[in-house]
Amino acid sequence: MTLRLGLPSKGRLMEDAFGWFAARGITLGRAGSEREYAAQSDWEHLEPVLLSAGEIPRELEGGRIHLGVTGSDLVREKVARWEARVEELVPMGFGAADVVIAVPRFWVDVETLDDLDAACAAFRRAHGQRLRIATKYHRLTRDFLQQHGVADYLLVDSQGATEGVVRGETAEAISDITSTGETLRANGLKILSDGLIHASQATLFLSRQAPWSGGEQAALASLKVRLGL
Amino acid sequence: MTLPAQRIAARAEAQRLLSHFAAQGAEEVEARILQPAEELLDLYGEDIRARAFVTQDPLRGEVMLRPDFTVPVVRMHMEAGLDPARYAYAGEVFRRQETESETRPSEFLQAGFELFGGRDPAEADAEVFATLASAIPDLHLRAAMGDIGLILAAVDGLSTTAPRKAALRRHVWRPRRFRALLDRYAGRTPLPEGRAALLASADPFAEAGPEIGLRTRAEVEARLALLRDEAAAPPLPSSEVALIDALLTLAAPVPVALETLRGLEQDAPGLGPALYRLERRVEALERRGVAVAEMAFEGSFGRTTLEYYDGFVFGLFAAGRPDLPPVATGGRYDALTRVLGRGRVVPAVGGVIRPELVVQLRGAA
Repeated sequence: MTLRLGLPSKGRLMEDAFGWFAARGITLGRAGSEREYAAQSDWEHLEPVLLSAGEIPRELEGGRIHLGVTGSDLVREKVARWEARVEELVPMGFGAADVVIAVPRFWVDVETLDDLDAACAAFRRAHGQRLRIATKYHRLTRDFLQQHGVADYLLVDSQGATEGVVRGETAEAISDITSTGETLRANGLKILSDGLIHASQATLFLSRQAPWSGGEQAALASLKVRLGL
Repeated sequence: MTLPAQRIAARAEAQRLLSHFAAQGAEEVEARILQPAEELLDLYGEDIRARAFVTQDPLRGEVMLRPDFTVPVVRMHMEAGLDPARYAYAGEVFRRQETESETRPSEFLQAGFELFGGRDPAEADAEVFATLASAIPDLHLRAAMGDIGLILAAVDGLSTTAPRKAALRRHVWRPRRFRALLDRYAGRTPLPEGRAALLASADPFAEAGPEIGLRTRAEVEARLALLRDEAAAPPLPSSEVALIDALLTLAAPVPVALETLRGLEQDAPGLGPALYRLERRVEALERRGVAVAEMAFEGSFGRTTLEYYDGFVFGLFAAGRPDLPPVATGGRYDALTRVLGRGRVVPAVGGVIRPELVVQLRGAA
């Protein structure tokens, strides 16, 4: 039986994923040319499938792949009740980045979520509209702010270059991914002291929805041995 | 999946409830399934996105599948309503559910009764409760009530600054933040790191970055001034925090709860008017034959619902079935009419019954 393994199809994430498996004795590689989105494995029970990292959570959720490598942030954002549908097999130690709430540095009165909530209330009174937070992490951000009782904000969608939206005045604050905080700083932003929503890293996930007959379970068991899990 | 027979029974039950409400003098009204999202978002904020289905209309922009009838019915009444007015409605409402569950469907029927205006709020509260309860007497439901007005009165009665009271009022419906604020005002949580230095600083903007975004420097300065006042304000006396705690954790049969509340009022005379309204309401319920001695009063009832109830709140529950949502819920929402009526306030109270649950419980009996 073959296990379908979803892997990021390009860039650093793909190379690091290949490297992670190679270090555990499984050689994965692109089949054919650089441009071709096909992959191969030297272990017959593993069929690598190259996918956009953003699509891997949905493929796991739908059970179309047995295993998948993607950011833990993406699974939490894209899969409702993710714990019931996928299992976190092992964090892989690369692709680390934090999803955080950041506000303009010159908001010297805002250090915590508590401050942000108070600023939201005052902003709504002064401007007649809710304070806008730009993000592509709608579910993560809304759940986090709701859990901490922050009110009177509005999420606006931003799929890229989110650090620039405050300067562009399409939002007043952001919820975004950052690894060093440098880009945030360069754009006049700072992270709230309790504004860490999720510390993300590349993770090997298992789909609970995929077909798991005896053969596939046997293949998984021997894969786990190879990976030292 | 609901069986077709159950579906037919639920629809018939919704019709029966409509006739029951009509017999109490209600006019039947309808609401569009697609509601403009902007108004609902403005009222409820982002929380509603997690609870309602939002979709895109090419011409009207963002729209929502109606999460309830209250807002459209209020809007309709504010535009062209008589005083007093009674309305009844029945139809599907839509709620997003993150977990697959038979007892929490994403689409279900509601049959509702709303009462606007009238001279006597206590009578109106009692009328709505009695109208709903008398529609399903055969189910022998457990009744519970609360009073958001009491919590608001307790907050207003605190011996503290106006900004603190305003912040607490704003978070009555968010128990966790309410608790955090209360702890902070009572001096039980430390200031954020660097806060004292910032407030003492001659130039708090010395190391601040560029002034970007719509929130202006003047707004930041205004809040710094508030934070300085806040730091100088004396902590909330622990006796007052204890009063709020006693109120929020109160859970007892209504007559016992009234006794407790009268005791609390001795130390907090600010509760007086709200407590008087509650007593008047209980009397009105008794006059309508409601067995108030068997009804529970819960101090925190209605705090985790969408924030439009601001007075009487109630629910009817299937005894021994904590897994089921309430069969009926309702309450008073004067503040909602103020927002939708752009300043004009109409006293309003109403409630809904879930016909599918009624049918399911009858089937199980």
